[in-house]
Amino acid sequence: MSLIIKKGRVVDPAQKLNEETDLLIDGGKVVKIGKNLSVPGAETVDAKGLLVFPGLIDMHVHLREPGFEYKETIASGGRAAAAGGFTSIAAMPNTLPMNDNEGITSFIVDKAAAESPVRVFPISAVSREQEGKELVEMGSIVEAGAVAFSEDGFPIRSPLILRRALEFQKTLGKIIIEHAEDLVLSGEGVAHASAFTYKLGLKGIPFSSETAAIARDIEILREFGGKIHFAHLSSRFSVELVERAKRDGLQVTAEVTPHHLLLNEDLLSTYSPLYKTKPPLREEKDRLSLVDALAKGIIDVIATDHAPHSQDEKELEFDFAPFGVIGLETAAGLIYDRLVSTKLISLERFVEVLSLNPAKILGLSGKGTLAVGSDGDVTLFDPEKSVVVDCERFQSLARNTPFQGWKAKGWPVMTFVAGRRVF
Amino acid sequence: MFKRRHLIGIEDLKREEIDHILDTADSMLEVSTRNVKKVPALRGKTVVNLFFENSTRTRISFELAAKRLSADLLNFSGSSSSLSKGETFRDTVQNIEAMHPDIFVIRHAASGSAQYLSSFTKYSVVNAGDGAHEHPTQALLDALTIRQKKGSLDGLKVTIVGDVLHSRVARSNIFLLRNYNTRITLSGPVPLVPEEFKELGVEVEYDLDKALEGSDIVMMLRIQRERLSGIFFPSLREYRKYYQMTPERMKRADKNALLLHPGPINRGVELMKEVADGEQSVILDQVTNGVAVRMAVLYLISGGTNELDH
Repeated sequence: MSLIIKKGRVVDPAQKLNEETDLLIDGGKVVKIGKNLSVPGAETVDAKGLLVFPGLIDMHVHLREPGFEYKETIASGGRAAAAGGFTSIAAMPNTLPMNDNEGITSFIVDKAAAESPVRVFPISAVSREQEGKELVEMGSIVEAGAVAFSEDGFPIRSPLILRRALEFQKTLGKIIIEHAEDLVLSGEGVAHASAFTYKLGLKGIPFSSETAAIARDIEILREFGGKIHFAHLSSRFSVELVERAKRDGLQVTAEVTPHHLLLNEDLLSTYSPLYKTKPPLREEKDRLSLVDALAKGIIDVIATDHAPHSQDEKELEFDFAPFGVIGLETAAGLIYDRLVSTKLISLERFVEVLSLNPAKILGLSGKGTLAVGSDGDVTLFDPEKSVVVDCERFQSLARNTPFQGWKAKGWPVMTFVAGRRVF
Repeated sequence: MFKRRHLIGIEDLKREEIDHILDTADSMLEVSTRNVKKVPALRGKTVVNLFFENSTRTRISFELAAKRLSADLLNFSGSSSSLSKGETFRDTVQNIEAMHPDIFVIRHAASGSAQYLSSFTKYSVVNAGDGAHEHPTQALLDALTIRQKKGSLDGLKVTIVGDVLHSRVARSNIFLLRNYNTRITLSGPVPLVPEEFKELGVEVEYDLDKALEGSDIVMMLRIQRERLSGIFFPSLREYRKYYQMTPERMKRADKNALLLHPGPINRGVELMKEVADGEQSVILDQVTNGVAVRMAVLYLISGGTNELDH
């Protein structure tokens, strides 16, 4: 079954393409790009006035299955991704049981194939039970389908485990994604440590909780080689460390979440747990630095860190509510409206950080571009569509968005995976 | 003059509102000295003490305040981390709400809990201490005590000593006193008195002797020894050496200086006996004034005017 997406503006930085053209997908792959394509019997989608992106990729998602199906499942998270314009997502391992073995990795792959409208790529823990003591069976897990290793939710506790994992990277090639945090410095902290949060009486998480961990990792990588991707940067000082490591020629990449790009600690005066995340929302200066680093290429990726929790959990007192917010269904639209329309980042950069770069970092061949021969994963985006965020209409089982009621102009409207419409 | 339905913190109160509460508390003090210590001001109203954190003193002070105003009183104590027993904070409150109270007095270990409660309940909320955030009635009773002894809050030099970091009492007092012409200095071990507090318009002086120089008011804070020793200061011995209030140190302050402490005191830790029980100590006046201030607050937020005998 072939599909022609007609007259959309195809924005594909991998091919330096930004023009109105048609796209022909057949057998799940892009087979032709050009004007006025027509194939007898092909399904046609009129994309006049729409932007056509290589399918967006969120490399940092918590799907909660197995174990916490009341928060999110592979199916509901997959539907949320499709609704948000994502065609591929990478699932963090902190499930129950944890994804630290080939059995759970295979379970996620199989379950996703059966129930998720989008591609789901499992990420395995680095150490068994994320305890930082013994490596997981990295080779077998990669064979089962894992695309990366991460202790996300926690840092890689043992510097020795990090060293060994980096050494194994030489044969396995998979990226290590680091949740950079010094847990001792974070202590019982629930918010950024600043004059403002001292006033609110919230226990603080200092900058160095993140920077000390990043610096440790960079020095280990400098000596033993390998690649590390830093998850969810939150501070201007972390940006400086990543910039310096890149300047030194180290293979370091980094991501930032939509909430760290769009929100700051001022919102904590409401004490709403909807603003409770790890790393914490920091100062306006940090937010501006993160936006700037994203534009300049110091930060490579926007990833949502989609962290679904039940409403009961997020209605607890600030100190007791779990960390995390959801992002799959709001990321593309809000980033477009707040950063692209305002010219803080270019449209090409938007596609790079939401599709091309995550595909490269995770080594997802055939993704992140619409070049002939790549996968027919496509996101259609209407730059004129006005939306008011309403979590009651989310596909996700969770409602813990900090963006309820936000208005945006520009929103994803259709999502295709391997040439098949999933939203 | 006082049109609020809740008292969540001192931070958003104006000076006139604070003065009005203190003036009302003065009238309430008189009630407590009568032969029959009761007025009908809150007759038919139900006050619920919602205590998610232990506190005998504050609870009984509010209890007595409510009873002297003829309110009915319900004491509820719950544990803080709520979902552990399957019920959330919100569930607990909604259960009690279903019994139609009028005023919630809430004490909770999590900062922001009083504000959170006020966001969903239709009844009045009085904050009796939320985490490290605010303890407004404590600051008001401190102010009432100072005003009684000094005539006015204006023109005073105030030194607050000890665990400022974890202290809702310190925060509420800072928010209150900065409405007046006061000079506030914080002192204590560096980890417990971060310099960031300067942004609240106060001075920080780690040398207690210097901080006390010429002080009119010395507020000591409680040191929670089990939680702090070893991390926030090296040992209790070191704490005593540099920050315990001794008769010698007290001499650095003005000779008519008052010594306040929110209680319960740790004898031999932040205060030596001679100071706690000394002439400059107004610790028991604070307790007396606490009932009056809480009567005033309960009375005003339930819409009272200043006439108590009708």
